[in-house]
Amino acid sequence: MAADLKFAKTHEWIRPEAGGLATVGISAYAVEALTDLVFMQLPPVGKKVKAGESIGEIESVKAVSDMYAPVSGEIVEVNATLPNQLETLGKDPYGAGWIVRIKPDDPAELANLLDRPAYEALVKS
Amino acid sequence: MSSPPLSTPLVHWHESHGGRMVDFAGWRMPVQYSSIVDEHLAARQAAGLFDVSHMGRLAIEGPGSCDWLESLLTRRVSDIEPGRARYTLVTNDAGPSGLTILDDALVTREADAPDGTPRLAMVVNASNRDRVVEWFVSKLPPQGVSLHDRTFETSMIAVQGPLAVDIVCGLCDSADAARIRSLGNYRAGRATVAGHDAAVSRTGYTGEDGVELVVAADAATSLWEAIHAAGAPRGLRPCGLGARDTLRLEAGMPLYGHELVADSDPFAIGLGLAVNLDDASGGPRRFPGREQLARMKAAPAPRVRVGLAFDSKRAAREGSPVVVAGTTVGVVTSGSLAPSLGHAVAMALVARPLAEPGTAVDVLIRDAVQPARVVPLPFYRRAAPRG
Repeated sequence: MAADLKFAKTHEWIRPEAGGLATVGISAYAVEALTDLVFMQLPPVGKKVKAGESIGEIESVKAVSDMYAPVSGEIVEVNATLPNQLETLGKDPYGAGWIVRIKPDDPAELANLLDRPAYEALVKS
Repeated sequence: MSSPPLSTPLVHWHESHGGRMVDFAGWRMPVQYSSIVDEHLAARQAAGLFDVSHMGRLAIEGPGSCDWLESLLTRRVSDIEPGRARYTLVTNDAGPSGLTILDDALVTREADAPDGTPRLAMVVNASNRDRVVEWFVSKLPPQGVSLHDRTFETSMIAVQGPLAVDIVCGLCDSADAARIRSLGNYRAGRATVAGHDAAVSRTGYTGEDGVELVVAADAATSLWEAIHAAGAPRGLRPCGLGARDTLRLEAGMPLYGHELVADSDPFAIGLGLAVNLDDASGGPRRFPGREQLARMKAAPAPRVRVGLAFDSKRAAREGSPVVVAGTTVGVVTSGSLAPSLGHAVAMALVARPLAEPGTAVDVLIRDAVQPARVVPLPFYRRAAPRG
């Protein structure tokens, strides 16, 4: 797990990229907790979201969960192949299992998120 | 539910073997150990091992017990032979229509006591146990019938799947194994399984062959571990409530609180066979709610239970509206990915004219329109037994 990841308490991760963009996915812990994934709904490209707003749904055999924007911004790209290859989320949640790219309104918002040790402490508690 | 959850005798086994524990009907139960899909497929292809100790177990005994239950249940009881089980509804005559369905249940006539006294056992849903017991206690005659709630002094373990009977018989001596193998569906007896005296019935809630075993609570872990050790090398897996629900859904079996509710019309949801309006000689029986059930049978309900099949894996859930040409024509009562089929299925109540298999409908899943078609129930039927 790369050290530059930040985490939301709702189990999304975000990684700053070149050009002022950031990549968003869901944590290995969340994927493991959901299990038996059957469906994912991605947001439309161009959608503007506020931090904490839903950016889509992920569904397992047992339940439907929302995925939330870790920061406010605009969705500039989605991993369109992912819903047809949900097993990628289990194999590579921090790489090929990325979900959206977002253009944050305020990159400083990332500082409000958890770093890796803090997130790991959260999920172990 | 505010009181702390109840635990089955197997709770420590579940917790120490990766069970994800949830509160279900007031009980702390495993929803899954690994993957619901893997557990489901194990039960279809080999065997699944289920702790169903949360189900209510009632013992009804005494010289008047058959006649008393006959007066309370929608199924005839007085002509159940020892060693046979029947599916029934438990009703009372509360409510504006004079019918409230309190539960669905399995009633088994066990072998008579040595002095010839009849003994019956009932299994009721965990969520309804308290009110069924309360209702039964209020109807007990002053003598001749005893009612005991044996839920906490016993444990119930289901072994389901094509290898289930073989695995359980491997833990019995040859005489008991032969008797279990010869039990027909909905037949029951006693056997010593892995050294424990068990009530054995050829019943289940998965659409597979299998047995349900009731043993003393303090024998539960030993029996469970013996079945697990014997079965695991052959593909048996422990299964949580998640797989139990997907298995019963594929098998088209109703679940109280979903397909079957207090004011359901049993004839509209495929449970007409659970209602005997008349006795064996054709005269009217007397039981609570009979008049309303007779009216329901005479005047078919506008909505009936159907199966819906989807092309996608995205599941409709309870409450999802069923729509045709923009008009709501029904509602989903249960839905999930069907792991054996690889696509989503649902059971729904829909307008009777639309119940014909092949009818195209739309289902609103959180505002998305998902096309589906009406298909016959069950969604899954096991292969005919060999030999």
